[in-house]
Amino acid sequence: MSKDKMITAKNIKKRYGKTIAVNGISFSISKGECYGLLGPNGAGKTTTIKIINCLSPISSGEMYVCGMDVEIFPRKAKALMGVVPQDENLDPDLTVVKNLLVYARYFEISKKEARNRAEELLKFLNLYEKKDSLIKELSGGMKKRLLIARALINKPEILILDEPTTGLDPQLRHMIWQRLRLLKKNGITILMTTHYMEEASQLCNQIAIMDKGKILIEGNPLKLVEKQIGKEVIELRIDRDKEAELLIILNDFDFAHERVGDTLYLFSRDGQDLVKFLISHDYSHLLHRPSTLEDLFLKLTGRGLKE
Amino acid sequence: MKSIFKKPDISLRAYRVWQRNKDSYKRFYRANLIGALGEPIMYLFGMGLGIGGYLSSLEGMPYIQFIAPGLIMVTAMYSASFECTFGSYTRMTGQKTYHGIIATPLSIGDVVMGDILWGATKSLISGSIMLIVILTANLMKGPLIYIIPLLVLVFIVGLLFSSMAMIATALSPSYDFFSYYFTLALTPMFFLAGIFFPLAKFPLFIQALAYLFPLTHAVNMSRSFVTGNFSFLNLLGFPILLGLTIIFIIVAVNLIEKKIIQ
Repeated sequence: MSKDKMITAKNIKKRYGKTIAVNGISFSISKGECYGLLGPNGAGKTTTIKIINCLSPISSGEMYVCGMDVEIFPRKAKALMGVVPQDENLDPDLTVVKNLLVYARYFEISKKEARNRAEELLKFLNLYEKKDSLIKELSGGMKKRLLIARALINKPEILILDEPTTGLDPQLRHMIWQRLRLLKKNGITILMTTHYMEEASQLCNQIAIMDKGKILIEGNPLKLVEKQIGKEVIELRIDRDKEAELLIILNDFDFAHERVGDTLYLFSRDGQDLVKFLISHDYSHLLHRPSTLEDLFLKLTGRGLKE
Repeated sequence: MKSIFKKPDISLRAYRVWQRNKDSYKRFYRANLIGALGEPIMYLFGMGLGIGGYLSSLEGMPYIQFIAPGLIMVTAMYSASFECTFGSYTRMTGQKTYHGIIATPLSIGDVVMGDILWGATKSLISGSIMLIVILTANLMKGPLIYIIPLLVLVFIVGLLFSSMAMIATALSPSYDFFSYYFTLALTPMFFLAGIFFPLAKFPLFIQALAYLFPLTHAVNMSRSFVTGNFSFLNLLGFPILLGLTIIFIIVAVNLIEKKIIQ
């Protein structure tokens, strides 16, 4: 195991009774990377994070944080991590700043140091004016920011975020992205789960798409999209019975296609000529756009509703 | 079965959880104290003077004198029991405070032990106040130096009932369960621990049952300190209570761990 690997998962399996939440995943995260775990609900993302955070025993396989087996050295491993959970678990009996100070004590950080860090972090996340408020007086976005501040109080080597921006408004989402990018610049390793593809493309230099407890694909998001999908997508509203006819006249072009409901998706490396051709043949009801991570995600995990 | 008695992972960091509870208590202590003390003080004077008015003496002492030592123990029992059922259950489920804490270097064992220590501290606070009431009412007949072992006893009773309450918290599917715990586990002790009347006139099997209750031993010891009728035989209660406490703590940590870590 090389030294700069912050997290290494080796063939992790996790069963809850008869259901298999994680089914043999392996990955590793290098220092300074921002690694995104993507996948539909129930894919096993949160379980994976819980295992890294020593909150869920592994059924089989091994998980290392900074070279330490999390099952043998949970306390040491947890000291190196900061966690932003999906469900808010701030301490409602304490004020905003006290939440940070009490949390700092769990890491044996001195009083003076804790006070300095708390002030710094509250400023960093625009919460300083709220420092004496009670948790119930905070909005959802403020709570999320406080959770991030709390996760940073021990100056972690690894910051773990479980769906950091779910349910937040766009302004706040962008603010949090900015802060995360700043942290990344300062060398912190980030592991996040998300099902916002834009979030992953904005922040992550490495992603893994999970479904049904397995990793389907792993790599740099831009490269993955280009390789798997192509550069551009043309969405065409066209009836099913006219599809065959169209595909025959497009025979000379190089593209892949997929139908979902009333829409035919054409994936191509260079769509300009294809679009011109379509318009000249009266197929004007179309949308031409660059391909995104979302296309890849949907291609891999299926477009049907996940329940 | 074996996993319930597994050696728990408890460290000195349990103190950090105790500190957390202390910090949050500072905001609510007034309401909290009135709740914890109102009832035993009413029992002391209500029954002590009310029933005591009809009894010339019980076991050679005024009735209020007879019930006072047991009521210190009852206060300790209920303070710890409330804290580690309703209080701990709220921190574990609704507030998810436990989940926040175990994401740090603390273990489940630290969290549970911290809550148990805190429950015992609350017993010590309310037990001490009860003792002050008893001192003021001039019901402390033993030498004042006996206050020290008496407070140690209060703390041990606090630890015992906190850890027992923690087991109830681990097994409880909802708050409703605690009303069973209080009426089926604690109320029988309240009546049969020899607080309000000597057990001598009960059928033998009830007397035997009463000696299985930890509170009975606590009440006997408390009475020996408060009335001054102290014999070293009374000290036998300490190892019994401590032994039970250790078993309950081990079981509590393992059960809570099962509930949280999945």
